[in-house]
Amino acid sequence: MTLQSQTALSRRLFLVAGASAGGGMIIGWSFDSAHAEVEHGPPLAPSAYIHIDRSGAVTIVSPMCEMGQGTYTSLPMLVAEELDVDMSKVSVGHAPPSDALYGNPKIGGAQITGGSTSVRAFYLPLRKTGAAAREMLIKAAANAWGVDSKSLTTEPGFVVDSANARRLSYGELAERAATLAVPADVALKDPSKFRIIGSPAKRLDVKGKVDGSAVFGLDVKIPNMKIATVAASPVFGGKLASFNESAAMNVPGVLKVVRLDNALAVVGEHYWAAKQGLAAASPVFDDGPNAAITTADVVAALAKASERPGGVAKNDGDATSVLATAAHKIEAIYEAPFLAHATMEPMNCTASVSTDGCDIWVGTQIPVNSQKAVAAALGLKTEQVRLHNHLLGGGFGRRLESDSTVQAALIAKQLDHPVKVVWSREEDIQHDMYRPYYYDRIAAALDENGMPIAWSHRIVGSSIMARWAPPLYKDNIDPDGVDGAIDMPYAIPNKRVEFIREEPPGIPTAFWRGVGPTHNVYVVESFIDELAAVAKKDPVEFRRSLLTQNPRALHCLNRAAELSGWGKPLGERRGRGVSVQNTFGSYMSQVAEITVSKTGEVHVDRVIVVVDTGVVVNPDTVVAQMQSGVIFGISAVLWGDITLEHGRVQQSNFNDYRVMRINEAPTIEVEIVKSSEDPGGIGEPGTSCLAPAVLNAVFAVTGVRLRKTPINPDLLKNA
Amino acid sequence: MSSDIWSFLRIGALASLPAFAAGLFYSVEATPSGLKSADSFASIKDERERSLALFNEAGKVIQNPRCTNCHPAGDRPFQGDDSHPHQPPVTRGADDFGAVGMRCTTCHGQTNFDAAHIPGNPVWHTAPIEMAWVGKSLGTICEQLKDPARNGGRTLDQIVHHMATDELVGWGWKPDAGRTPVPGTQAEFGELIKLWVKTGAHCPAP
Amino acid sequence: MVNFKLNGKPVSVDVPNDMPLLWVVRDVLGMTGTKFGCGIGQCGACTVHVDGEPRRSCITQAAEIADRNITTIEGIGTTATGKAVQQAWLQLEVVQCGFCQSGQIMTATAIIDSIPEPTDSDIDAGMTGNICRCGTYVRIRQAIKEAAKTAAAK
Repeated sequence: MTLQSQTALSRRLFLVAGASAGGGMIIGWSFDSAHAEVEHGPPLAPSAYIHIDRSGAVTIVSPMCEMGQGTYTSLPMLVAEELDVDMSKVSVGHAPPSDALYGNPKIGGAQITGGSTSVRAFYLPLRKTGAAAREMLIKAAANAWGVDSKSLTTEPGFVVDSANARRLSYGELAERAATLAVPADVALKDPSKFRIIGSPAKRLDVKGKVDGSAVFGLDVKIPNMKIATVAASPVFGGKLASFNESAAMNVPGVLKVVRLDNALAVVGEHYWAAKQGLAAASPVFDDGPNAAITTADVVAALAKASERPGGVAKNDGDATSVLATAAHKIEAIYEAPFLAHATMEPMNCTASVSTDGCDIWVGTQIPVNSQKAVAAALGLKTEQVRLHNHLLGGGFGRRLESDSTVQAALIAKQLDHPVKVVWSREEDIQHDMYRPYYYDRIAAALDENGMPIAWSHRIVGSSIMARWAPPLYKDNIDPDGVDGAIDMPYAIPNKRVEFIREEPPGIPTAFWRGVGPTHNVYVVESFIDELAAVAKKDPVEFRRSLLTQNPRALHCLNRAAELSGWGKPLGERRGRGVSVQNTFGSYMSQVAEITVSKTGEVHVDRVIVVVDTGVVVNPDTVVAQMQSGVIFGISAVLWGDITLEHGRVQQSNFNDYRVMRINEAPTIEVEIVKSSEDPGGIGEPGTSCLAPAVLNAVFAVTGVRLRKTPINPDLLKNA
Repeated sequence: MSSDIWSFLRIGALASLPAFAAGLFYSVEATPSGLKSADSFASIKDERERSLALFNEAGKVIQNPRCTNCHPAGDRPFQGDDSHPHQPPVTRGADDFGAVGMRCTTCHGQTNFDAAHIPGNPVWHTAPIEMAWVGKSLGTICEQLKDPARNGGRTLDQIVHHMATDELVGWGWKPDAGRTPVPGTQAEFGELIKLWVKTGAHCPAP
Repeated sequence: MVNFKLNGKPVSVDVPNDMPLLWVVRDVLGMTGTKFGCGIGQCGACTVHVDGEPRRSCITQAAEIADRNITTIEGIGTTATGKAVQQAWLQLEVVQCGFCQSGQIMTATAIIDSIPEPTDSDIDAGMTGNICRCGTYVRIRQAIKEAAKTAAAK
């Protein structure tokens, strides 16, 4: 099934949009089901979502982007189920920017893909869209035959009048259906009747990805387009000072040198000319105020900040008092490093600026935000910026940002032709927007049985929200920064969570796969494991006793323990670790089986994942995302580390920012818990649950408790 | 390895040596390019001693990372002046030219590619396992070099020819940008080996 | 001028001798199926075949492929092995974001062409140069074994 271009679609949309409330600014935010807020979802507007051509081929527009997590299949499945068409007739289309039509009800109605919200947010709205379209097609047939709608039914792709043994295809009906009113209310199928939802339907986006025809942002081709590459100031906050223009222009194929405030771009006939030209230009930068920053400076500032009280995100009971007088108290400091995203597709954007506006061709998780950011940067009205979305070669949160998009627009503004700006991998790693460095103080008071009766967790780090969605940073609390800490699955009576915002000087931070939970579940699950060890209890057993009020989490834990053979000996230098979480509306437990070599190298041999994600739309996608999240998490816990020296990021490419390769990958077993609860998210929890499972296994094998990642083999040598 | 060299140097009674950079040995009598000329050993009267001294000087080449990186004792070569394990992970494979799908030629071209920091040579490959040098003393390497069962069936004269003229050996002196060349020149190295053979091809203690 | 064959068709391009094949293919010839991931041979996304052998096109200089036969992802499906690999990739739903998969498929095809029944060890050694950030390795491994069976049956 091919992807339809947006332009083609908009000319052929068949149903008139129903009346609907438009617009949407973020007024509420939730990544987890505990605070499920449906602000305003997209209106019932089949025309924005469904196109049926005369042959009966159906194109369904996905409101959420595709970055590997499978939305371009799971979301059309929701429509197709209620519309009553076979998936074999369905193609998927990119959505143009429109909060009104494609806004994510779990992200305040904004057209943003992230937070593992796509299926959760659109489960009901897209089913309603499909159901509405079906009713309109039935009505069109009823009109054509002069009968009552109620006497008609559908089979995939057809309206059927069984009483009179006749049928009309959706293809034949579409044009007439387009003239009808969109029903205000629609009935949805009973889940027992699902044919598509719950089945491992084949992905709609993959044929082009195996034959080379798929178009990612990097692959865009526009007539008269030239290619540029760019070097921004290696020190964040620095400015472009000088460069050798003639040396650059002397390189064959170089067309122009473009200067920005903090970067130099070279435009050429092809990337090679641009790259060679940029090297010849040898830009010199004025490093600015952050020229001497080191990782140690960042950590020292975080440590100092951790001594002051923070915004109180949770305060059940009176943890402070209980801890102050506790006979038995455990305290620890946990650190988590800056991490790069390193999507397989380096950052890029194609832009064309003319007198009447701007065209942007890119792969992005935030089409409207980027549209607005470009408009602001160019002094245009939002509607003058036409943004065309594409397949993303990985997102992981990196493509929730507009920095490279705005940069391309500013470069294009100085040119009179379209330009594709391609970042080198080095530029991509060194001008990433990093998962923040976090410094956490955590403490628990234990009773005479070794069970925790008070818990205090103080989180120190950058507030991504304060920059990304300022209204959501309130009362000194970053809601993402405490996600996974305020809502851990365990019943502990006195619980206090604080957040302290401490920004690393000049260093941009951003959402990274698993967002708040990736960092908080690592700390919580490692510390719970510490308490279990202090109480001399088995880690699974210890958690069981704290999960009595959380049956879904408990079930995942029990199944993971069973499937992993928990308790059975594994052999020398081998062991297991467990983790449990309730994040992104899903429940999960992982058991990691590892081997630690005599030189302290950790190899993850096997990971068991048990996930309860409520109603499952596509079980194959769930398994794939568990495999994906786990492997992404292992790369980070073993090697992920962005460090700073002389104000510069020291890593540059895959040789020094190491990520997992196939020969290092574990076997991964996934069990999906059968459930009819509301759908949960699955793009990220695989990652957020992984690190502590591995670290807890390290403790089990070596007796060494690591409170900092990546794992340092020197600390495990001969342990 | 280094302790063997130290004790040997004292026996050889060379002029006192300044502080060492890791892996780089200096002598006040070195040519500007870093290798003592074969002729400069003429002052050593005893032929055996002279032979050993010549081989020791040749050791600056033989035990240089440019050479040892591709003479690993295991299946994975090394990389860089700091001889870290080759990234991406590669293995010698059945024929020392890499595994199927990850042949040396999958990445390494006929010539160096400076812009991407990738060395190249028409026959880029690891030395066979019997020519492993990493972790071996200069004396052990010396014995390997002389043994036809472990040196590719070569006579000593063929060894001289190989060291002096082989293009892959020669790459060590002309690496891509960012890699420190082997000291001296291939011709100078060839002369050292030639004279070493002429003086009896004596090996330092293993 | 550099002359070579691209997926069976003769091509002639006026490019510098040291220009990597990747950019000749993508930017000059407009064939964007071969991807750019790192530029230094670390990730494998740029893998093509030169006379049937896998090469990282980001570090293969144009002059070196003069008069050679280049196969890219757009052409690999015309070979029996390539087609079997693509089919196995679809059958087992290997693909997630897909950006690395052109390179994965090109390398996998070369392995099966040489080794009709690749073992886990062969897959480890041969595919280690192809990075996937989405972690599709478990399914890549299964798909290679499946494709090998299909290719052998033909």
